[in-house]
Amino acid sequence: MAITKKQSAALAKQVFEYAPAPESIDHVKIQPRYGLFIGGKMVEPHSKKHFPTINPATEKKLAEVAEADEIDVDRAVKAAGKAFESWSHLAPSQRSRYLFRISRILQERARELAVVETMDGGKPIKESRDVDIPLSAAHFFYYAGWADKLEWAFPNRKPRPLGVAGQVIPWNFPLLMLAWKIAPALAAGNTVVLKPAETTPLSAMLFADICMQAELPPGVVNIVTGAGKTGSLVVSHPGVKKVAFTGSTEVGKLIQKQLAGSGKKLTLELGGKAANIVFGDAPLDQAVEGIVNGIYFNQGHVCCAGSRLLVQESIAEPLMEKLKRRLSTLRLGDPLDKNTDIGAINSRAQLEKIQGLVESGIQEGAELYQPECQLPEKGFWFPPTLFTNVSQSYRIAREEIFGPVLSVLTFRTPAEAVEKANNTPYGLSAGVWTDKGSRILWMAEHLRAGVVWANTFNRFDPTSPFGGYKESGFGREGGIHGLAPYLDLN
Amino acid sequence: MATALSLTHLGSLMRGVRSVDEVGAEQRAAELAKRSIKKASKLWALDLAIRCMDLTTLEGSDTPGKVTALCAKGIRPKPGDATIPSVAAICVYPARVPDAATHLKGSTVKVASVATAFPSGQSFTSIKVTETEDAVKAGAHEIDMVIDRGAFLSGDYQHVYDEIVAIKEACGNAHLKVILETGELGTYDAVRRASILAMAAGADFIKTSTGKVQPAATLPVSLVMMEAIRDFVRETGRPVGFKAAGGIRTSKQAIAYLVLLYETLGSDWMTPDLFRLGASTLLNDVLMQIEKERTGVYQSPDYFTID
Repeated sequence: MAITKKQSAALAKQVFEYAPAPESIDHVKIQPRYGLFIGGKMVEPHSKKHFPTINPATEKKLAEVAEADEIDVDRAVKAAGKAFESWSHLAPSQRSRYLFRISRILQERARELAVVETMDGGKPIKESRDVDIPLSAAHFFYYAGWADKLEWAFPNRKPRPLGVAGQVIPWNFPLLMLAWKIAPALAAGNTVVLKPAETTPLSAMLFADICMQAELPPGVVNIVTGAGKTGSLVVSHPGVKKVAFTGSTEVGKLIQKQLAGSGKKLTLELGGKAANIVFGDAPLDQAVEGIVNGIYFNQGHVCCAGSRLLVQESIAEPLMEKLKRRLSTLRLGDPLDKNTDIGAINSRAQLEKIQGLVESGIQEGAELYQPECQLPEKGFWFPPTLFTNVSQSYRIAREEIFGPVLSVLTFRTPAEAVEKANNTPYGLSAGVWTDKGSRILWMAEHLRAGVVWANTFNRFDPTSPFGGYKESGFGREGGIHGLAPYLDLN
Repeated sequence: MATALSLTHLGSLMRGVRSVDEVGAEQRAAELAKRSIKKASKLWALDLAIRCMDLTTLEGSDTPGKVTALCAKGIRPKPGDATIPSVAAICVYPARVPDAATHLKGSTVKVASVATAFPSGQSFTSIKVTETEDAVKAGAHEIDMVIDRGAFLSGDYQHVYDEIVAIKEACGNAHLKVILETGELGTYDAVRRASILAMAAGADFIKTSTGKVQPAATLPVSLVMMEAIRDFVRETGRPVGFKAAGGIRTSKQAIAYLVLLYETLGSDWMTPDLFRLGASTLLNDVLMQIEKERTGVYQSPDYFTID
């Protein structure tokens, strides 16, 4: 019997919402309780304290992790200091071999890591599978290659390692940020004490296991879990010679104050309020993809997210229509489902922050758009959100929301676009969409942002330096530039 | 019913067609190809793939016997299994249209004929028009014409446009699918321009390829054409169909096209009236996958008839 056109379309809609395609979690073994990774083995914390880490999509407890106190942090730094003596004198080619080995194990255990990252952090499995884990492995692979070529990286200098690096990382890309921090530090001959974020410690716990599997000498990598207090202990410990922090501008400022006069080297990678600038001659359909990827990737929990959309007024109408249509096709739901585009918000606190800022946007007079979207009952969720009629002075145009919320502003000329884009305390990234090559170069020259993407957004590569201007921080991670902060080059 | 636009400065209008970013288009297509289609979704997608299929034979060696066999296969893809639907159309050369028309009479399967000096299109417009008229007279419900790529690439958009208008007229009530032969156009910008041109000239469908040139249909090229359709519908309100042809041999590929279609043009396009897959060897793989989904095991190829 022939199916009518209408029946066919109705059926299509129903079926192409896609049957659930959950990634299996059978191969993942999460322990009920984790200790601290100090001196090459998992040890019980002196504090005797543990705290739970939950799955933000279900609010179910996944495991308990240790809360490191002053004595725990001291033990970790001392273990790192002891390991530094031999690690820094190891033949550089040997350091390479360890890093290559870690990179290989990351690839071998990619599925397990991706699932844990998604369960602990709420990001869609397709992102942890296709972005976080492969890039993490790529970072170790890249810096493994530099370990025995430091003198070629910095000709006519005498690159020497600094000592123990204290590193504090955020919850938005847990394993990737760990890789950004640990890989260059180890390649340069330092040892590390790393503190993962309190809401996403599990992939770091798996990484501790990988260090043991790679037979990395004890103490070269130490991982202490805990909240802000623990992080503060790590960066202020006198045995730490170099501090690297990725996180909020607020905490970054505190750290900078804390370290003033200590002689410690510091790099900060902080917040952002990036402008994604679309000119009238841009390839619109691809620009729409770039806008979506810029702000809805990882639920907008991205420091370089394109959270301000600057559109040339002449194309604002068709672009907004295309963008709204595209938003309606985004799938929000179970992060472990392979077809999910938008996962769970990382924590209740973050969800409340997003809700508060969105509320302020409505209050201040911006026009809200959210596609029809059913939010699961349990867990922390926020629908993809778009604000039009936004003024530069609104909080949603100035403050980092760190959620799936886009503020749309318009401009008339390239000069105005630059002026508006730069009118922020931040300066981490920017995007330019145009068919005109010369305009891309002109914009890149005038935008005060560490990264300027042309006709794309949120693309990362280990060979490419990343970092900010102004209140987005200083120092670069990635590429040769990423080695310098971990070396004494005088 | 389409009305052809009368345009005097077609060339400059064509140059004003919005550009496509190659990297972005390919990235988006690759991302959509990762959608995971399982179980009920998969079965329904495969069923739709058959209902939207133009089962094709376009060989110099085509005979009445070969076409007869293909028609039988198209009407009843799996003998003894009435749950498997018929294909949308049988696609043949003009000379084989009478054979197909005879054997498809009384079925839901349409007769599609390539025309206009397929596959190169390098002939006189008068001959192309005559060929189209004769194919329709012989019983073709659908005409798959090729555009004159020589004219298109030399910038003579007017000639391409006029020819499509003329063929559309020669089609009468028959549906017109316009083949862009994207493998010869070189860039996505050109594909987008050709898509807009063909739709403006009155095409009922735009189609990627003849199957005689490599590369034939690809996901990014299909994405670019679907986006052009989306923009055209937005401007004019007239829905235009899309046909992917050439190199689609596996169920997995067919499903990837359906996902692309769904996410770009939406569920309204998921019907044989607006979507076709041109293929000669895809059908048996789809049948095999349906059997696998239903029973959980793969069957030997010997259980599927060779047309």
